Amino acid sequence: MPMWTLLGLTRGTATTDWPLGQDDGQKNTLGMPRYHPDKCEAGCKECIAVCLPGALTSAHSDEVRLHVDYGRCIACQMCVEVCPAGAMQTSNDWAFAVHEREDLRWKQALQSPEAGNLKSRVEGAFKSSLHIRHVDAGSCNGCESELQALNNPFYNLHRLGIFLTPSPRFADVLLVTGTVTYAMHDALLATYEAMPEPKWVMAMGTCAVSGGIAKGGYSSGSGLEGVLPVDVYLPGCSPNPAAIIHALLMLLERAPQRVHDGQMDMSRHE
Amino acid sequence: MNGALEIRLGPADLQSACEALLRDGGRMQMAWAWYPSLGGIEVCYLTTQGVRQQFALWRCNTTDQTLPSLAGITPLLGWYEREITDLFGVRFDGQPEPYPLVLQEGARPILSPLNPAYPVDTAMPFKRQPARIPQVLGDDIQELPFGPVRADVVESAQFLFFYLGEHILHYQPRLFFKHRGMEKRFEGLEPALGVILAERVSGIGSFAHALAYCQAVESACDCTIPPRAAWLRTLCAELERIYNHLHYFGHLADTTTLKVASAEGKLLEERVKQISARLCSNRFLRNLLQPGGLRHDLNIYTGLSEELQKLQREINRYLGQLSRTSSYLDRLIDTGMLSRQVAFDQGATGPVERASGLDRDLRRDHAYAAYAAVKLEVSLRDKGDANARAEVRAEEIRVSTDLIAQLLTDIPAGAYCNPCVTKPNGEGIGWCESPRGALYYAVHLDGSGKLQRVKIKSPSFSNWRVFPYTVHGSNMMDYAINEASFGLSIAGCDR
Repeated sequence: MPMWTLLGLTRGTATTDWPLGQDDGQKNTLGMPRYHPDKCEAGCKECIAVCLPGALTSAHSDEVRLHVDYGRCIACQMCVEVCPAGAMQTSNDWAFAVHEREDLRWKQALQSPEAGNLKSRVEGAFKSSLHIRHVDAGSCNGCESELQALNNPFYNLHRLGIFLTPSPRFADVLLVTGTVTYAMHDALLATYEAMPEPKWVMAMGTCAVSGGIAKGGYSSGSGLEGVLPVDVYLPGCSPNPAAIIHALLMLLERAPQRVHDGQMDMSRHE
Repeated sequence: MNGALEIRLGPADLQSACEALLRDGGRMQMAWAWYPSLGGIEVCYLTTQGVRQQFALWRCNTTDQTLPSLAGITPLLGWYEREITDLFGVRFDGQPEPYPLVLQEGARPILSPLNPAYPVDTAMPFKRQPARIPQVLGDDIQELPFGPVRADVVESAQFLFFYLGEHILHYQPRLFFKHRGMEKRFEGLEPALGVILAERVSGIGSFAHALAYCQAVESACDCTIPPRAAWLRTLCAELERIYNHLHYFGHLADTTTLKVASAEGKLLEERVKQISARLCSNRFLRNLLQPGGLRHDLNIYTGLSEELQKLQREINRYLGQLSRTSSYLDRLIDTGMLSRQVAFDQGATGPVERASGLDRDLRRDHAYAAYAAVKLEVSLRDKGDANARAEVRAEEIRVSTDLIAQLLTDIPAGAYCNPCVTKPNGEGIGWCESPRGALYYAVHLDGSGKLQRVKIKSPSFSNWRVFPYTVHGSNMMDYAINEASFGLSIAGCDR
């Protein structure tokens, strides 16, 4: 046992100071592809044909030829690979958490968004501390792997005053992963019912947001659509630990929402 | 079917063939059903005559949806038969556990869900009913149903304990709450697109699933991959093994209340995930494979070798220190004993079977990717306790880090992908030794070269069947440690 204490001490600090500092641990990690409508060619449906979860659909208009729904995107990058015109391009846009489902649908930006100017949803007392109850409602286990990573020494979620709790009775947030299979549906609702008010729900991963690649099968469901009211949507497959931290801080109003109308704020002025 | 020798059998021949297989030292690997275009339902049994012998595939047609059960002869087939009953409606006469497995009691699909006539986008009617569970009756016996929502960040499943004080009399896991019908999702897709699904069957086995799937398609389409692709596939497969095994030790240390050792294991796991992301832009090594090779080349960045060497030293120090921690060893030694016989009969795979003395590893016995070209030691123990399972994994991490160093020194130049043209009515089997054991994909293509049926056999499907045999008669205090020592995942099993 003393050897472990010694090892712990000699290893020094492993924890990142992100989001204050720069090292989010996601060097080279790709996020959602960015859509450049000016390059999109009429009559071309290459990307639609390879988009398994149906994030890309035909828009039948001259200005915008594609409907892009990032709530369905699994960031598989297939559209980027098949697009002959470069209208879909890789990006590091993975901090994709939003409050309104509508903000995950790409729209021509008419005016600059009021980032950081969110209406207050969170009672002051919760801003510095948050307890999360996670429920796996039919995931591939990728989201659980990244949630477990939050407690590793690199991300060390506790430093932000955020904790995962075993009991729904102590929880402020229900964090749901997976497609909400028929067999998990009732257990998920029972967990939500067991939580005290006020309570929030976060849909983590594209499966929980919209059903993802398994949407609407004989057993798989369509995520939280029509199941529970959602306060934060975080699409991704799987969202990386930094994206989860951003989403949780956003829920606590300690970080601004960065995506509006399906676009990362800094990208719309580029 | 490409990848295996074919033997056609009638329903009446199955039982004697199965008895002969076992007599000759063979073993069943998996079974699945599908609807061939000629009509009826065909049930396929994948077998090996002995270690390192070629796979043999038994094909048996049924027109009246009834076959004799083989589960009484080789128990590991029990779950496969029950799955086929749930999803295809085939009855197995004499099945010793005639209860639903994959579908919950109360699920009433109008047609068998894997019948191509069942629409891809239609939910099945479901009215919850109590599950039929063997009851354990007697004075003072308590029943503890745990789950499907359990403590901490874990996958959903329900565990039923029948216990007296600390002593567990009987243990029954109820899985498949997470059954998403993944195999159905492949129907009608282009083979090149199926890989996106395969990567999302089991997140922490994304690469292994994509690899086995691609190899099945390549086999069905008679497609070869360039040497560079074979090399890089091997490298990524070993990276996946390392981060999974490091997670395993982080978790095992947590169950034995070693906080620093748990943190260290998970930190090392994080480092490997970050290296994976730098190499291929995804922490789970996704979006990299396609039939014919890779979708893009790997970013072999400067400093990678040095970084891996440093990591290897830290891993060795970590594993060495664990193996000298007596409080940890005390909890593992003699815990969750799995005998060689039960491991064989019930179908244990991967590190679990290798810890019970069964010397099998697909990387060596049925070499794929670049494994035939490298030196590979297979780790083996014969005691079958939790400590043996941990030791096998510790050795495998060392072997994998050596293997990666070996692979990095001479990555072949050239293309990273060959064109893979789909072949109408092609059929193929693909496999790989994933971090948790033998993973198989069977692929049947239709007349237009699209996916007609894809069967997935994940290693945890095998090991979940075995695990309860180490819990009956054990005690509550050891349960979490024993479960951690198996290193099970649920998503791949449930699909």
